[in-house]
Amino acid sequence: MLKVEALNAWYGPSHVLQGIDLEIRKGEIVCLIGRNGAGKTTTLKSIMGLLSKTTGSVVFEGQELRGRPAHLRYGAGLAYVPEERRIVPGLTVRENLSLGLVASSLKKREAELIDRTKRIFPRLAERLDQTAITMSGGEQQMLAIARAMIAEPKLIMMDEPSEGIMPVLVDEMFELFKTMKAEGQTILLVEQNVELALGIADRAYVVDQGVIVHEAGAAALLADAEIQERYCSV
Amino acid sequence: MLAALTPDLIAMQLFTGLALGAVYVLLSIGLSLIFGMLTVVNFAHGAFYMIGAYVGLYALSIGVNFWVALLLVPIAVGLIGLAVERVLIRPLYGRGIDYPLLLTFGLGYVMIEVVRIVFGRTGYPFDTPELLQGAVDIWVGYFPLYRLFVIAATAVVLIGLYIFLEKTSFGLIIRAGARDPQIVRILGVDVSKVWLIVFGIGTGIAGLAGLLAAPLQGVAPEMGATILAEAFVVTVVGGMGSLMGAVLAGLLVGVVVSMTSLFAPEMAKVSIFALMAIVLLVRPQGFFGRAGLMS
Repeated sequence: MLKVEALNAWYGPSHVLQGIDLEIRKGEIVCLIGRNGAGKTTTLKSIMGLLSKTTGSVVFEGQELRGRPAHLRYGAGLAYVPEERRIVPGLTVRENLSLGLVASSLKKREAELIDRTKRIFPRLAERLDQTAITMSGGEQQMLAIARAMIAEPKLIMMDEPSEGIMPVLVDEMFELFKTMKAEGQTILLVEQNVELALGIADRAYVVDQGVIVHEAGAAALLADAEIQERYCSV
Repeated sequence: MLAALTPDLIAMQLFTGLALGAVYVLLSIGLSLIFGMLTVVNFAHGAFYMIGAYVGLYALSIGVNFWVALLLVPIAVGLIGLAVERVLIRPLYGRGIDYPLLLTFGLGYVMIEVVRIVFGRTGYPFDTPELLQGAVDIWVGYFPLYRLFVIAATAVVLIGLYIFLEKTSFGLIIRAGARDPQIVRILGVDVSKVWLIVFGIGTGIAGLAGLLAAPLQGVAPEMGATILAEAFVVTVVGGMGSLMGAVLAGLLVGVVVSMTSLFAPEMAKVSIFALMAIVLLVRPQGFFGRAGLMS
């Protein structure tokens, strides 16, 4: 579904990604782990087309995305939930959800898709007409995920979804990821909570200093204390 | 003099202030919309206002009806705005707030000079449309019908804008994009197109304001310069980027000017800036502004 080859990215003069190769197959949950500053967020941003200077190839569903602006990548079926939730403060929960459809070909089915979202996210269903910013951090994160899912993307990329959220909601969120996977959703997950992430993932890539240093099945990596110690311990 | 200050006179002056304020409001909502979305401080806004008056003048001179001109002028000026954004402002995005500021500052002067070349340096009178001449009884006295019309027309524009922003998908995109352009981009919206349209709407409303103001003050190449400074005061008082702030501050500034000119005419122009100074001391972000918008 997604094949990234020799992806390089720069922030000004600093060469942040130095040749990332990774591949995600349909229906998989793939995890990107590594220390802070290893290049995980930059990888997601580059795949989404948000960085001005990148090289390398990003092939998604057989289409080369190189040079395509971010808004067209969403249209191609690529969704991205950035770090720190990014709920639009002045808008209600419903408006935040509608925002996921304004540029989508599924806009005509808005009522039906919001109904479906209400079933998947009962917490949001109760708060549909509330201003999004009045919800708890975890609920806002759920909204950010719901908004990214509403237009039925083929691949959802999530950056640190569990960050700063109460444990009970984190569990709920990971249960949701399992359900999404069971329904065939493909997910690329960047997560600091390595144990939890590997618990639901199929495979994982370990990123260090802008390159992939290790690739393994999630279960194998979970058992590999040495790799975890070397690349993931803070 | 003071003996003549009856409550009726004060009430009349209040209405005069609201009519003046209405023009400020129209100018400031465009400024605010453009700043809130594009972070462009549009120093050419006064020139678009002036162009609106001239396009109206020209349209009427070739026999276009005033009511049709009310529709035509904002469209024509908005189209000029679209061209300006697309060709001149777009290349400057991402370079900081000062580049588009300097560009529009210079553009304003160019537009004034072009109008001077085409229409001459001296101004023209602009007749109040026949249907709107005369005065009406508004209980406290007779008030010029045209000023009442300016207030009503502004109200219509505001209601239209409110419905557009609150009830349409495009309005949703604008409200979200003003807060977080990256989010709307990753949700599939071509933000540059949104910015283009917002600039067109803002300048179109400025053009309409120019046409509405023309019968009150005549038409001249420099007519946009003074009012631009006043409109900036209004946006600062109301809070940069806030439409609600622009509306309230616009009406307030109009009333303050009109009241000071009743009690101390020589202070009228100064009063605006005194008001701004006071507001900035007490509430630096203005009525509804978000702190740190410029940072």
